[in-house]
Amino acid sequence: MLDGTTNGAVYGLLGLVIVLVFSVTRIIFIPQGEFVAYAALSLAVMQMGKVPGTIWLLLILAVVAALMNSIEAQRHGQSLSQIFKIFLKTIAPSLLVSALTIWASPLHLPLLIQALICVFIVTCFGPLVYRVAFQSLEDASSLVLLIVSVAVHLAMTGLGLLFFGAEGYRNPPFWGDSFEWGALRFSGQTILIFALSLVLIFALWIYFEKTLTGKALRATAINRTGVRLMGISSRKSGNLCFTLAALICAVSGLLIGPTTTIFYDSGFLIGLKGFVAAIIAGLTSYPGAMLSAIVVGIIESFGSFWASNFKEVIVFTLIIPVLLWRSIKAGSHEES
Amino acid sequence: MRNLELKHLKNFQWPLLLLLVLVVAAIPVPDFWIYQANYIGIYSITCLGLVLLTGILGLTSFGQAAFVGIGAYSTAYLTLNFDLSPWLSLFIGLSITTLSALVIGLITLRMSGHYLPLATIAWGLSLYYLMGNIDALGKYDGLQNIKSLSIASLNLGQGRIFFIFTWICLILFIRSLSKFLDSRLGRAVRAIKSGSQMPQAMGINTFHFKVLIFCLSALLSSFSGWLLAHFQHSVTPSDFGLKMGIEYLFMTVVGGAGYLWGAVIGAGIYKILDDQLQVLLPMLIGTSGSYEVIVFGMAMVLILKYLPDGIWSLFGGLNTIEHQHELWADAEPLPAKTQSNAGEVILKVNKISKRFGGLLAVNEVSFSIKSGEIKGLIGPNGAGKSTTFNLITGVLPVTSGEVSFLGKRVEHLSMREISQLGISRTFQHVKMIPEMSVLENIAIGAHTRGHAGITAALTGQDKREESRIFKEAHKQLLRVGLGNYMNEPAGNLPMGPQRLMEIARALCADPTLLLLDEPAAGLRFQEKNELAQVIKNLKAEGVSVLLVEHDMDLVMKICDSLVVMEFGNVLVEGSPVEIQNNPQVRAAYLGTEH
Repeated sequence: MLDGTTNGAVYGLLGLVIVLVFSVTRIIFIPQGEFVAYAALSLAVMQMGKVPGTIWLLLILAVVAALMNSIEAQRHGQSLSQIFKIFLKTIAPSLLVSALTIWASPLHLPLLIQALICVFIVTCFGPLVYRVAFQSLEDASSLVLLIVSVAVHLAMTGLGLLFFGAEGYRNPPFWGDSFEWGALRFSGQTILIFALSLVLIFALWIYFEKTLTGKALRATAINRTGVRLMGISSRKSGNLCFTLAALICAVSGLLIGPTTTIFYDSGFLIGLKGFVAAIIAGLTSYPGAMLSAIVVGIIESFGSFWASNFKEVIVFTLIIPVLLWRSIKAGSHEES
Repeated sequence: MRNLELKHLKNFQWPLLLLLVLVVAAIPVPDFWIYQANYIGIYSITCLGLVLLTGILGLTSFGQAAFVGIGAYSTAYLTLNFDLSPWLSLFIGLSITTLSALVIGLITLRMSGHYLPLATIAWGLSLYYLMGNIDALGKYDGLQNIKSLSIASLNLGQGRIFFIFTWICLILFIRSLSKFLDSRLGRAVRAIKSGSQMPQAMGINTFHFKVLIFCLSALLSSFSGWLLAHFQHSVTPSDFGLKMGIEYLFMTVVGGAGYLWGAVIGAGIYKILDDQLQVLLPMLIGTSGSYEVIVFGMAMVLILKYLPDGIWSLFGGLNTIEHQHELWADAEPLPAKTQSNAGEVILKVNKISKRFGGLLAVNEVSFSIKSGEIKGLIGPNGAGKSTTFNLITGVLPVTSGEVSFLGKRVEHLSMREISQLGISRTFQHVKMIPEMSVLENIAIGAHTRGHAGITAALTGQDKREESRIFKEAHKQLLRVGLGNYMNEPAGNLPMGPQRLMEIARALCADPTLLLLDEPAAGLRFQEKNELAQVIKNLKAEGVSVLLVEHDMDLVMKICDSLVVMEFGNVLVEGSPVEIQNNPQVRAAYLGTEH
């Protein structure tokens, strides 16, 4: 039960990501699981004192994105120095993070610092993936975006295998102590997961309610054309939203890393459960996604207790009646 | 002359293809390539189903591999455990597939937008884990030692004979499906992709067709699974997991989801690429693993970006089917309804109201239409004309009041049922299938007047009915004066002819009452005159029309009587002259002097 709720809290975070990305960009963020796995596995590799392979991908992506930006700038007739600036601007964060990683990896730094570096790495992926795969398709139908999303997931899984190999890793907990409270036993990790989830949710809420950029993101979600007319760039929103998404995914990956063994392809299943939660909440409500994620976590842990082999079957079959209910509730909105 | 030769060639197209298969099997192609071609054939059959479902009907499925799995596992289990003949287990497998596709389809196909593809991911995963956890199915190891197919004493094996069998099946499937797409049912299916409102208004049961195509594509997958099981002699869950489902979609998208042959091209490219990459990539990288997905993922993104219609679109282009006059030269006309006597009341609207939350959009509106009459419904913007129109056609439910048509209450019937009773409509924003020819678009209107079923459509047994439908469509085409555009893709038409085409499509349904929703909107002066002439001709032929229109000139010229609405109420009803001189109407349109 407690296990269920802790996993549920992480699924909830991922559910939030799905909701965030979908509502701003209409992209159903299937590759989020890979972000989660990349974070957890990069940490595992750094724990062994090696340089995680993810940074090479990061660099390649950064170069591709920078080239794409430069070519676009050139088409708009900008001067060479401007193009160069744009190139540098796109590539700089990834370069910095990679340099940091290469420098830090062999040093066996404390766990928390390594974790922080992993968060940096994975967060850098967000905007780059958006730039390379999605940005030029921003006006495509959400079905095309979905297929692209699946394709990105496929490519990232393969790359994950390339960087981390087929064996799984389990990270050490950030907080190894455990506490007893009545009949319940909390491990430090559990408390950490809850606390961090709550903090992140609260931060998101503040961000979307109180800040101008947060409001801009929300506006993009509601009306893209209108937002463009008001001078908000939907590209910038997409970029920002993917950065945020990658950040949350990285944190979730680090949180769930110590509770279960992570393989290069486990991200997908973890992500999908967040996904089930997000869909139960209708892809638009943050608190709803969190709540239903905890429910999913509980169902899963009960499922694994009663019929452990069939727990995945149970969780994913659950989604179908929910989807049906959602779809009926949404009604048949006809194109016009 | 050249045309004639082409046509003759077309008649031999299918036999030639079959011959080609035999030739390929006969010449000394290396066994390796025959083996590859067998896989390509098997995959292509699944992809054909996806072309129907995704490219033509517009429903994306990531779960197709699950149906391949059902077909493969049923035959594997039955032939291994009960020693059944594979031919018998094929039919059992197909029946199981039909049942499960019906159940899944009835639940999931009601979903709209992106909910459906997500659901396919969900059942794709569930089924994979189910297959991987059932003892009788060998868990994750699957089932081995499945026997080869044989016809009488001829063993099909894994080589050339299997190749001939698979590819002949594939070509026959493609032939049937292309026949199907060029039939009454096929046109209905092609109409659904761009939204369900128009097909519904033409009396097409869109949900019924979605389930039909879903089952058909599942059956194709199941058949391909049956072939796969007997070809590989083994089945494992990973052949049917979500990854494979995504890869089937990949093949279809790469090949060209809108084209039947795109399935074959896509499967071919996939299989050859897959094979080369599985050798090449581990060599490059140094360790083994399924790295080919990296390339597939990237290729899919690139293709969607730069070639969204797939590779076949490079050869195929727009695929309008040309129809020639000879087809329907001596066809009998379709049976027509007996029309009611002139002057009889056919539509009676009695105090209908529509409330959207706090807004009363239509307030107790009443009027009636007599047979042979042209009635205009006019009013300033926001008067509730379109809402009234939607209430009559069943697009929106009424809040209160009655609508009766030919003495039958219709206000609670669906759009489709109302259209079947004999009310046919056009749309304010033209709704058509741009890739289909003008004639085919018009023929959609005759949907409810045909009866040939799916088997007739697949086997081409519906020829006679088809020619009757096209004769009717051609008649309506000439009636609205579009004779020159017959085989033109509808998307190429200017606005005026598009509107006329919609009228012809509505007329094709043999309606008792024709409802035109702002037919003159966006037309140029000359086009308006042509439209007015068409409507006048229709009146002369005794057609009854309800016209919602903004253009005063047009309305005054052609209507027998007018209903003026303002703020959801009927302001006044009368002949055009009365309306023109009515001070209230002037006030509503021009404002009053204070």
